[in-house]
Amino acid sequence: MPDIDLGVTPLRELNGALHKLPPETNERHWVIENPAGRHAIAAGLNAPLNVEINGPVGYYCAGMNKLATVNIHGSAGVGVAENMMSGFVHVSGDASQAAGATGHGGLLRIDGNASSRCGISMKGIDIVVQGSVGHMSAFMAQAGNLVVFGDAGDALGDSIYEAHLFVRGSVKSLGADCIKKDMSDEHKAALHDVLTRAGFNGEVDPSEFQRYGSARTLYNFNVDHAGEY
Amino acid sequence: MCGIVGLFLKDSALEPDLGQMTARMLATMTDRGPDSAGFAVYGTGQAGQTKLTLRGPSVAGIENTVSKLKQTFPGTDAALYDTHAVVAVPTEDLARVDAWLGRECPDTEVVGRGHRMEIFKEVGLPQDVAARFRLATMHGTHAIGHTRMATESAVTTDGAHPYSTGGDQCLVHNGSLSNHNNVRRALCREGLTFETENDTEVAAGYLTWRMREGLSLGDALEVSLEDLDGFYTFVVGTENGFGVLRDGIACKPAIMAETNQYVAFGSEYRALADLPGIGLAKVWEPEPATVYFWER
Repeated sequence: MPDIDLGVTPLRELNGALHKLPPETNERHWVIENPAGRHAIAAGLNAPLNVEINGPVGYYCAGMNKLATVNIHGSAGVGVAENMMSGFVHVSGDASQAAGATGHGGLLRIDGNASSRCGISMKGIDIVVQGSVGHMSAFMAQAGNLVVFGDAGDALGDSIYEAHLFVRGSVKSLGADCIKKDMSDEHKAALHDVLTRAGFNGEVDPSEFQRYGSARTLYNFNVDHAGEY
Repeated sequence: MCGIVGLFLKDSALEPDLGQMTARMLATMTDRGPDSAGFAVYGTGQAGQTKLTLRGPSVAGIENTVSKLKQTFPGTDAALYDTHAVVAVPTEDLARVDAWLGRECPDTEVVGRGHRMEIFKEVGLPQDVAARFRLATMHGTHAIGHTRMATESAVTTDGAHPYSTGGDQCLVHNGSLSNHNNVRRALCREGLTFETENDTEVAAGYLTWRMREGLSLGDALEVSLEDLDGFYTFVVGTENGFGVLRDGIACKPAIMAETNQYVAFGSEYRALADLPGIGLAKVWEPEPATVYFWER
């Protein structure tokens, strides 16, 4: 089990070593100490690794992740797990802006709060936030699920496409074309599935959440607006 | 891009380390701003004296200014720091010293004035700038610093932060203001003067004007949300205070940490990572369009 101290080992050396691992590697469990907010730690992983990071990380940690599980024992800077393809990223503290941005797949779990633009342009990732999310979260979200146990800030889901947003607390305001939707049994089951995959085994009741999504009025040009050009 | 750091000490036991802590934070933010750097330190002040921070055209130039100044005003204390000098002038002589400087030393600029504030800024890597001015040896209650990646105006010392346009007041800025020309014209009509074309100097002038009209720093920041257009994170210092404001969409990064010993600001967490007790600090991102202010 490699134990890397980033106070000693250069970050590029660590990321280079992680990138060289083939998918069938047996060297799967990595521990990273002393991250001290450095950027792009464990970004671009492409093997079923289990990476533990002990401390706060900077920008783009676990970005572009494929297959790997990355546990951040601390807070994360801008763009944690941005453009994730698959795998599981878990932040025990807070996350900064644009957590899970443009993610295609996998699951991002944040135990604290996420700042503004959480899940911006998400394309299939599931994001579960135990705290609250900031303004402009799920902006232009295309697919996937954003689950918020706390509150959402201003302009939730602005210009949203087909992502599903579930919020248990209050929503300060909804963005353009984002509306509150019915929470049917089918949606409760889908939310239950996301929560289970995030590690909440029956501890959270899906029926306590409200569902938000696209009103689909921005999909096509509205001819009534032709005179405005 | 640009980087900002700020440190406001609550525990006076840390005051001897203020410069050293600020220097480390500033060097960490080099990646965000390698063009120039600057900082303001709030150190000791003496009753009846005003500190002027002077910037000369060169080391020899500022030495020349200071030696002429001491001959003309024998009661003046001066400390030299590379191209800068901090001169303590009896407040009753201030108007005469100002007039004399303008007349006799036109290539020397007053970059800051106040009871306790000293301002230093130069072109170059932040670590080198901090070393030239011996930041690590400075003591004080609070400091703010800036590393600049130039966007709105040239890479010159005039374009470096912090900006001061009032006694013991200074401002650093990450972002860019889009209506600074209009605001500058309006402030000129109110009698303010500006040394540069820089947008940040306008923001500093705006706050100075609002405070001159009777607002507190916190209230001045509050109304600036209406009048200043653009994207920005501001950190401001006054003789006894330290404030933070982000624009309405929080375009530029900001992170803060508070313990019972200090309040610290950084553009990125990395800048705070070396501070004492950071592992137990309350760490958070300031909300958009929300004024944060600490005062002793």
